[in-house]
Amino acid sequence: MVTTAGALTDGSLSSIKGFLKTLSPVDQVGADARAAMLATRSIKTASKKWAIDMAISMIDLTTLEGADTDGKVKAICNKAIRPDPTDPSVPHVGAICVYNDMVSVARKHLDESGGHDIPVAAVSTAFPSGRASLEVKERDTKDAIANGATEIDMVIDRGAFLSGDLEKVFSEIVYIKSLCGDKAHLKVILETGELVTYDNVRKASFLAMAAGADFIKTSTGKVAPAATAPVVLVMLEAVRDFHQMTGVRIGVKPAGGIRTTKDAIKQLVLVKETAGDEWLNPELFRIGASALLNDLLMQRQKLTSGHYGGANYVTLD
Amino acid sequence: MTFEYSSAPESKAIVTIDPVYKLFIGGKFVAPKGGKTFTTINPATEEVLAKIAYAEKSDVDKAVKAAQEGLKVWSKMAPSERGKYLYRIARIMQERAREFAVLETMDNGKPIRETRDIDIPLSAAHFFYHAGWADKLEHAGVGSNPKPYGVVGQIIPWNFPLLMLAWKVAPALATGNSVVLKPAETTPLTALLFAQVCQQAELPAGVVNIVTGDGATGAAIVNHPGINKIAFTGSTDVGKLIARSVAGTDKGLTLELGGKGANIVFEDAPLDETVEGIVNGIFFNQGHVCCAGSRLLVQENIQDELLEKLKRRMSQIRLGDPLDKNTDIGAINSREQLEKITELAISGDTEGAERFSAACTIPAKGFWYPPTFFTGVTQAHRIAREEIFGPVLSVISFRTPQEAIEKANNTPFGLSAGVWTDKGSRILWTAKHLRAGVIWANTFNKFDPASPFGGYKESGWGREGGRHGLAAYLKGAK
Repeated sequence: MVTTAGALTDGSLSSIKGFLKTLSPVDQVGADARAAMLATRSIKTASKKWAIDMAISMIDLTTLEGADTDGKVKAICNKAIRPDPTDPSVPHVGAICVYNDMVSVARKHLDESGGHDIPVAAVSTAFPSGRASLEVKERDTKDAIANGATEIDMVIDRGAFLSGDLEKVFSEIVYIKSLCGDKAHLKVILETGELVTYDNVRKASFLAMAAGADFIKTSTGKVAPAATAPVVLVMLEAVRDFHQMTGVRIGVKPAGGIRTTKDAIKQLVLVKETAGDEWLNPELFRIGASALLNDLLMQRQKLTSGHYGGANYVTLD
Repeated sequence: MTFEYSSAPESKAIVTIDPVYKLFIGGKFVAPKGGKTFTTINPATEEVLAKIAYAEKSDVDKAVKAAQEGLKVWSKMAPSERGKYLYRIARIMQERAREFAVLETMDNGKPIRETRDIDIPLSAAHFFYHAGWADKLEHAGVGSNPKPYGVVGQIIPWNFPLLMLAWKVAPALATGNSVVLKPAETTPLTALLFAQVCQQAELPAGVVNIVTGDGATGAAIVNHPGINKIAFTGSTDVGKLIARSVAGTDKGLTLELGGKGANIVFEDAPLDETVEGIVNGIFFNQGHVCCAGSRLLVQENIQDELLEKLKRRMSQIRLGDPLDKNTDIGAINSREQLEKITELAISGDTEGAERFSAACTIPAKGFWYPPTFFTGVTQAHRIAREEIFGPVLSVISFRTPQEAIEKANNTPFGLSAGVWTDKGSRILWTAKHLRAGVIWANTFNKFDPASPFGGYKESGWGREGGRHGLAAYLKGAK
C-alpha cells in the first residue's frame, strides 16, 4: 500500500489522533532487550574499517555553545573537510551543524576551503527549548536559509506534545517545512529525553514524518538521556514502517552521547538490522557529534598502522 | 559496498579436549569395565571431538555404590558446609565460563552468543541460588525436618547440556542427596568438564558421579535398586517408559518432558517486540527447547501484518558457524534430530500447510535447518500437535480470546505459553485459563533459578527451580 505522507492525516486534531491510534504500542522491556542484544554484535577487521569510514561520512560535526566564535567555527569546518590531515583517504563529514548566527561564517569558510559539497545545518525554531512564538521561529529559520543553511534542525514543542496539543506540534512542523521548500532539508528534533516513553517516541516520530520531516532526530544534545540505543531502535522501526506505508524513506539522526567508535558502530548495527542496508548512507542516517570524530580517527589509524597513535596524533579543534 | 559483518570467531584455544574420557565415579576418572567407547562429534562440522567411555550395567552399579558412600558424608555434613561447596562450584563455573561456553558450543552446535550469555551464566546462577537454600531448608515450607531422598539418578537431555545438569545437580546437592548423572549421548563434554570442577572444588568423593552412555545406560540407572529417586528431562516417550519402570517401587520421580507451547498474540500487542518474542520463542537454541513457543496463535485481524514483520525479521537471522559471535542460529544437534525435523516439516507440506523459510546459506558440512514457519495450519495438522524440537513454527489464527484459549489448551502437552497484549487485564484473564506450567507475558523463554518450571499433562511431573523444585528432592515433604 503506497500513499503519500499527507494522506495519513489532514492535520486536524481528530485526524492526527486517529492516525496515531493505529500505531502499535512499544513494550519497553522488549525494546530495551532488543537494543541490548544488538549491542553484542562483534564488528571486526574489514567490517570495522568500513563502519568507521561510513560513520565519519555520517557525522554532523557540531558546535552549539554560547562561547562559539568565528575562529571556532572555521576550525571545525577545516576539520570537516580534512578530518585527518595526514591521510587524504579519510572521507569528509556529513555536515557542519551550528547556531543560526554562525551559518554564514561556516558556509563562507567551507566554500573558500574546498568544502563546497559539505552542507551547513542550522539549529532553529528557538533551539533548544522551542519556547518562542511562531513568528520568532519563522524568522530564525528564514535567516538561517538566507545565510546559506541547506539543512534546518528544528525542535518540536514538547510542552504542546505532552499536553496533548498535537495539532500545534504538527502545524509548526508543516509551517517550517514550507519555509524550507526545496532550499533546505528539514530535520525534526523530538528531544526524546523529555518525551520519556517509547510510545511517545514512536508517536512523535510518525507525527513529524506525516508533517513533512526529511529526518527525525533524537535530541538537542542539551538534555540527558539523549540518543540511547532503544530510542534509536524505536525511531528506526518508525521510518521502516513509514516507508512500508508511504514508499518514502525518512532519515534518522541520533545526537548526543555518541562519543566512541564502539557507540557509533552500535548505531550502524541498529540501522542495518532494523531499518535495513538502504539507510546506511549519509542521505538517510546522520550522527550528531563532536568528540566522536577524533575517536573514529584514532581507531582508523590503529587499523591502518597496527597501533594507537594517541590523542596527540589527531587534531584538536 | 554494504555492511557485511566479518567473521568474529571465539577462540577454541581456551578448551583442552582429551582424546578419551573416562567415567567419573567416587571422585576419580575411571575406565569402564567393558572398555567400550563411543564418539561425540561437533554437529557444525561433523568432526570427532573425543571418545567417551560407555557405561554398562556394572559401571552404573559401581557409580551407585560410590554415591551411597558419598551420601554418608554429604547428608551428615552441616548444611552450611554443603552450601559452601555449592558456592565454590558456582564461582569456579563463573571463572571458567568462557571455557564452558566454547566447549558447549562445540559439542552441542548452539551459538556462542547463547552459551556465553545464557547457558553458562544461568548454570552458575542455579548453583548460587541453591547454595543459599542449603542451610535454610526447614524454612522452605516443606515441613520442619525435611530429609533427602538419598541417591538420585539424573538423566539429562542434549539441548541445554550444562544448564540441565545445573537444574538437576544444584537442588539435589543443596538438599543433601548424592547423584548419579547421565549426560546425553551426543553432548557429554561439559558434564565431564563439570566433573573436573567438582574435583577442583574438592567436593567429597561420590557426591557427584557422572556416567556416560546411551539409553541402556539410562535404563540401568532407572532400574537400579540402590537409586532412591529419578529425575529425568527428555522426550515424553522415554518419560512414559521411566514412569512404568519405577511404578511399584518406592523411587521418587520427576519428569520434564515435551511441549507444544502456544504463543498467543492479541490484536493490541506491541508488534515489534512480539516479533522478537516469536523469534526468541521458536528459534532460540535452534528450537531445541521443550518450552519453545512452537505454535503461534495470532488474532486473525493482525495476522498479515505480523507475518510480514516476522518474515522481514527472519531475513536478518544469521545462521552459521556457532563459534562466530554474531551467529544467531547454530547447528541442529544430530543427524537423527535433523531427520526428525525434516520429516515433520514435510508432513506440513503434504498436509497442505504453506511453508516459509528464511533464505539462509546452509554450510556444506554439519546439520542445519533454516528458520521456518508454516501458515494455514489447523489443529488437525501433525505440525500443530507433535513436538518438532527444531526451528519450525506453526501459525494458527484465532478470532476471539475464548477461541485462543481453546486452541492453546487443545494439546496433550502443557509446558509453556506466551501472551502478547498491551492490556494487563487480558494477560491475567488469559493466564488464568491456560493449562501450562509456565506462562510468559510480553516476553518468552525467560528463566530464573527462583522460578519453578514444569508442565501439565504429558509435559511432566513435578517442578524444578524455586521452592517447589526443592520439594522434589526432599522425601516426605509436602
